[in-house]
Amino acid sequence: MTDGSMVTKAADQAAVRSRRLRTAFAALGMLPVLILLAVGFQFINPRFLTGTNLLIVTQQSSINIVLAAGMTFVILTGGIDLSVGSILAASAMVAVLVSLVPDLGMLGIPAGILMGLGFGVINGLLVAYIRLPPFIVTLGSLTAVRGVARLLGEDTTVFNSDLPFDFIGNGSLLGIPWLVIIALTVVVLSWLVLKRTVLGTWIYAVGGNAEAARLTGIKVPLVLLFVYGVSGLLAGLGGVMSAARLYAANGLQLGQSYELDAIAAVILGGTSFVGGVGSIWGTLIGGLIIAVLSNGLILAGVSDIWQYIIKGLVIIVAVALDRYRLQAGART
Amino acid sequence: MSAAARIEAAQRPVLEMRHISKTFGPARALQDVSLTVNAGELHALMGENGAGKSTLMKVLSGAYRPDAGGEILIDGIPVATGDPIKARAQGIAVIYQELSLAPNLTVAQNIFLGNEPRRFGIVDRDQCNRRAGEIIERLGVSFSARALVSSLSLGERQLVEIARALSTSARIIVMDEPTTSLTSRETDRLFEVIATLKAQGIAIIYISHRMEEVYQLADRVSVLRDSGYVGTLERADLNASRLVSMMVGRDLSAFYKKDHRPPDSQRRVALSVRGMSDGALLKNCSFDLYHGEVLALAGLVGSGRTELARLIFGADRRTAGELKLDGKPLAIASPREALDAGIAYLTEDRKELGLFLDMSIADNINMGVLAKDARAGGFRDFTVADRRAAKAIADLSIRARSAQANAGSLSGGNQQKVLLARLLETEPKVVILDEPTRGVDVGAKSEIYRLIDSLAGKGIAILMISSELPEVIGVADRVMVMRDGAIAGEVTASEGKPLRQEEIMELATGADQR
Repeated sequence: MTDGSMVTKAADQAAVRSRRLRTAFAALGMLPVLILLAVGFQFINPRFLTGTNLLIVTQQSSINIVLAAGMTFVILTGGIDLSVGSILAASAMVAVLVSLVPDLGMLGIPAGILMGLGFGVINGLLVAYIRLPPFIVTLGSLTAVRGVARLLGEDTTVFNSDLPFDFIGNGSLLGIPWLVIIALTVVVLSWLVLKRTVLGTWIYAVGGNAEAARLTGIKVPLVLLFVYGVSGLLAGLGGVMSAARLYAANGLQLGQSYELDAIAAVILGGTSFVGGVGSIWGTLIGGLIIAVLSNGLILAGVSDIWQYIIKGLVIIVAVALDRYRLQAGART
Repeated sequence: MSAAARIEAAQRPVLEMRHISKTFGPARALQDVSLTVNAGELHALMGENGAGKSTLMKVLSGAYRPDAGGEILIDGIPVATGDPIKARAQGIAVIYQELSLAPNLTVAQNIFLGNEPRRFGIVDRDQCNRRAGEIIERLGVSFSARALVSSLSLGERQLVEIARALSTSARIIVMDEPTTSLTSRETDRLFEVIATLKAQGIAIIYISHRMEEVYQLADRVSVLRDSGYVGTLERADLNASRLVSMMVGRDLSAFYKKDHRPPDSQRRVALSVRGMSDGALLKNCSFDLYHGEVLALAGLVGSGRTELARLIFGADRRTAGELKLDGKPLAIASPREALDAGIAYLTEDRKELGLFLDMSIADNINMGVLAKDARAGGFRDFTVADRRAAKAIADLSIRARSAQANAGSLSGGNQQKVLLARLLETEPKVVILDEPTRGVDVGAKSEIYRLIDSLAGKGIAILMISSELPEVIGVADRVMVMRDGAIAGEVTASEGKPLRQEEIMELATGADQR
């Protein structure tokens, strides 16, 4: 008898421990992973944790974080936006082309952003009102918008060595690069919308249970239109940031497979792929993890090919963690 | 030898479940339940929704593992628990309410699904059909083993499930509400099959809410209540009031509440529904719903009650029909418009269509009024939201750790109260409740009845869909019965003539037509 109860007690304790562990995962998200990676890379190459290198890391991650912020809105509703890389390319093309107009060069910024918003709204209309699956709609626009991007420059690279808004890509404010300031501003604004506005709560509701949302009187199509619009708008902003950094844009190469990094950042950040659960802070951490990985692997002297393999594995492990986390959240 | 001992010797227990408890986290779904079933007996299992019947049967079928201390014996020998495959091998078969057949396959294929007779590693179709034919013959049914399941009626499909149980040499068959969606002829057919099975020495555990069936079939009746075992009655001792008091644990008249209803002379029509059709099931449904009354909408599963409710609420598109609220015509094309007009709807499927399980209780309660409460710029007013949530939690006595806990962490009854709270925040004039007490415990049930009563007392018009006739009779002032997508008739109580279950069932089944 005593033996039996001892065993049960031990099993109980193990169950409590594993539940605590899972709860801790859910609460902290991926921050420990980010810190662990940073410490590990510092160990391999002491140059990693220097001010200059960290600025480079944040700068490199800024465009992906802007795209991933938009992607967070979309994935929170249970959708997906595969077209952000192409939209970024098209917007960058427009931004550079408009910047070449004498005296009105600054209009390149709104032109690029509006271009992105336009494509996002088209995605949103197709998903929300024609009720096509988001994967299919944005797979289509991934290809079609890429074509538009190439068309805009007649399939060449467009340059503007005298870009009027080049400070965005290369300037700093009080020592902080503008790219980083923009990315952080986008994250903070996204947080405000998601957590502090009615619309934000609706976004979580639609992702958690779209039919229940409709029966509660939420205008689901409007919410969907909004999230795809935001994703497009931020992809447009990403295009402007890219153009400003490079003084140029190329419709064929720019933004290729950016959507995958953005999705990876969102998923790494703990946002559930089925929607309804997640946070923009998680996405920020996810984006930083990807940037730290790329930068750290280069500093560690890992070859380009192995970087791909390692990054891919990290994404798979992240989804496995997502499952684990969902189990922690589930009850019964 | 005493009489009891003689009976004991004659009736061999084939199944004994001893001291079965089951907890899910903090929630106790079963508490020390023991059950003995004899070979060749039909043992009815009764109890309110949420009493623990389904959990007990899931423990039996191996879907759940009982807590330490519980054991299951077959022929007096303890068997493995918590393993569905072993449970099936030991002769336990469960036929669930939701049939689990593949409609695109034949009867024979379904009977042997996952257990196909093979030759050289390939499914032996001839043997499959022949053996299925033999089993079907044993049941004395009329369809062929080669028929597609999609071509069979619901009753016939149930017989296929039973045939499947027999194909695995089941000795204990659990039937969970088998007659819910059957016609009376199909029900008779099922009862004949049950008699055949009993004669072959197969034990049947029969879960049902229907007294008449239990009277007709049961050798013994065991009752569960609030996750615990209440008692077992022998056939000779069966008695309706005793059974009901065992199930409910208290006098029914106190359980249901019906007060403060206005006299008939002051009745005002709240919602007037005329000629509602959906182009599929619903045909020309018309009725009036009065302020301060509880109108029950009764009928069999599939008679179109939920469809009608959803049409009124604007959740589905109607092809014809008019609505008037307080005499004013309404053009409702979406739930938003219905809510704005003052019509609220409580879904029958709270997990799939009602709750946001990953969101907080507070957000769930406030979801319908976020836009109304919003501050300038669309920002949320969390002060108002918290106040609404706190008040609702207190008013409806929702038992939760905190208003910020996830709705998914609540028990069924408290989840239902959260949905009711959300609905009430919209301050509706007309409330449509679709199976408001489905899957909630007895305590929450009586609280929900009290709430319905107090809403009616405030002049709110209530349309309540319910499949539980005692509930319909206990709560409603008037009963409207649907059959085959149309309104079959109305049953009203009058002085000295209370609502009668039989009258409702006759309308629901079409017995009044014969």
